[in-house]
Amino acid sequence: MSDPQRIPPGPATGQDPDTSPFNDTGPIAVGPAAPGCKKRDPIIIADGVRRSFGALKAVDVDHVEIPRHKITALIGPNGAGKTTFFNLLTGFDTPDSGSWTFDGKNLAGIRPHRVARLGMVRTFQLTKVMGKLTVIENMRLGGADQPGEALWRAMFPWLWREREAELTRTADSLLAMFKLAEKREDYAASLSGGQRKLLEMARALMAEPRLVMLDEPMAGVNPALTQSLLDHIKNLKATGTTVLFVEHDMHVVRHIADWVIVMAEGRVVAEGPPKEVMQDQAVIDAYLGAHHDVDLGAPEGVARLEDVLSEDAESVVGTEDAGELLAVHDEPDTQDPHGRQP
Amino acid sequence: MDFAAIFTNALTEIVSPITASYALAALGLAVHFGYAGLLNFGQAGFMAVGAYGFSISTLTFGAPLPVALLVALVASVLFALILGIPTLRLRADYLAIVTIAAAEIVRYIVTTNSLTNVTGSANGLATFERGFYALSPFPPGDYPVGPLNFNDRSLWVTLVAWGIVLLCAAIVWALMRSPWGRVLKGIREDENAVLSLGKNVFVYKMEALVIGGLFGSLAGILFTLPTGAVQPANYGSELTFFLWTALLLGGMATVFGSVLGAMIFWVVLSLTQGILLGLIEAGYITFLSSAQAGQLRYILVGVALMLLMIFRPQGILGNKKELAFS
Repeated sequence: MSDPQRIPPGPATGQDPDTSPFNDTGPIAVGPAAPGCKKRDPIIIADGVRRSFGALKAVDVDHVEIPRHKITALIGPNGAGKTTFFNLLTGFDTPDSGSWTFDGKNLAGIRPHRVARLGMVRTFQLTKVMGKLTVIENMRLGGADQPGEALWRAMFPWLWREREAELTRTADSLLAMFKLAEKREDYAASLSGGQRKLLEMARALMAEPRLVMLDEPMAGVNPALTQSLLDHIKNLKATGTTVLFVEHDMHVVRHIADWVIVMAEGRVVAEGPPKEVMQDQAVIDAYLGAHHDVDLGAPEGVARLEDVLSEDAESVVGTEDAGELLAVHDEPDTQDPHGRQP
Repeated sequence: MDFAAIFTNALTEIVSPITASYALAALGLAVHFGYAGLLNFGQAGFMAVGAYGFSISTLTFGAPLPVALLVALVASVLFALILGIPTLRLRADYLAIVTIAAAEIVRYIVTTNSLTNVTGSANGLATFERGFYALSPFPPGDYPVGPLNFNDRSLWVTLVAWGIVLLCAAIVWALMRSPWGRVLKGIREDENAVLSLGKNVFVYKMEALVIGGLFGSLAGILFTLPTGAVQPANYGSELTFFLWTALLLGGMATVFGSVLGAMIFWVVLSLTQGILLGLIEAGYITFLSSAQAGQLRYILVGVALMLLMIFRPQGILGNKKELAFS
């Protein structure tokens, strides 16, 4: 753990991450942290995964490894391709090219329900709970190996009753842990947004996955509940589950992640322990823009930016494609001194 | 007006094997739409496949009753597979388009003149029901039950039809309380969520399509048995929409809603027919002919359905929390 500001685990579970056998504090990467670096014990290894929508390269990942028994955060600005990468890894979308393995098993071309059965369960950015099923039925739906889910056995309750009771016990203990026990018999549609996030996460755990992939678990959750969600994520690690989650709030990430992978414009631009990644110039550029310190309100700022950009091969400044910025600069009299439009 | 006769007629409709066949076909739609969210607008096609599969194998190939029944059921399973394989991976509306077109294709095929020696073309087929009535345990004669009059044939077909409806309702009831039914209800709301939990959504949707189609096919056979005749004109898209009406009346995600809905559908038709004709005969209504009154009944059914959707969208037996028409 490289994070000194450790949050205590949730009181409901009584598990202490510090005494967990999965709290291996050795270095995660082999060698220095760099985009695409090798990990000591990777659970996912992805190679050359690319997906474009028309001209837009949504995902263009050369090589990335997700460490086992760790909490890995996938961060990046909006449109960085985080969710698309999630969809590709879990089979919900098909890449143009590339291969990736989960626990050594090649997953390219495997359909999403098979991916889930292999022990890699995901949640969604827009929470998907079944509003017209009760909370407990939602939980049971997440259970694996229920023989009664096959049509020919469904008619004969004695073939699946035993497993159903087991699943119900697991579901009840998870609901207690996620503080949803009182809602057990309510329709999930009556839950608040944050409770739905909790239910979705609890449901994903029903199948006892080896890797949980959470797509923006904190989105739309109030601060009090965010804390409890973070505790749950830390507890998952304590029980040996690997966690990969998408987030674009850097401060949330700093609290719980062991490792951070930063995506921007479809590529992995940086990775490393949270504190180091936050200092990384590529990350700051991706979040704030490469020239965030230039004051465009002042004419000299515009001139300085122009100077910098004219030396940048990717910039249009100084070419005939250059747009409005020059025009503003040439006619300072028509603008107010701060460059604001009236 | 003879109210006693009007009510006896209504009562006859409640227990009629035609009502049973509507109930069974609507139960198939309940499996399709109510539980699995599959929009099947071609249930009439499944009924036609059952009726023609049964009658053609009896008449053209001389098959005995069990074989003819099996042929009809296998044909409807194949029909479901043909419809489902290309469309079930797509959004729900594609299935709706494909089923309504497929039902019409079936109807045009059996109407076509070049197949007259097999399908009987527009006249349809008749006298294929002897094997069924040969099984009747009732000696010829009249069997009055309360105000209702049955003969040996109608009593036999009525009992068998409602027996099959009860059996199928029990099957649906058991299935929907099982983990299989839970997955199906999950799919109704969000396929991707169910996929992410490791269930093969395509297989579940196909199973639901086949089960509902089998019920439709059985209903198609029951539909032909009272008269012993099958005619393509009976399997138009209006039949599908009558079935939807019955389903929505009763409540679409309920087991007995389709039975209740079919009964109400036929009782309303019978009562309005009796009352309107009575009023016309008695001279109270002068602006309608009796033929127009017959059409007016369907308008009333449509109005009743609209009122129901506005004031009780979950149907009569439905649970609003679990499923409103949304």
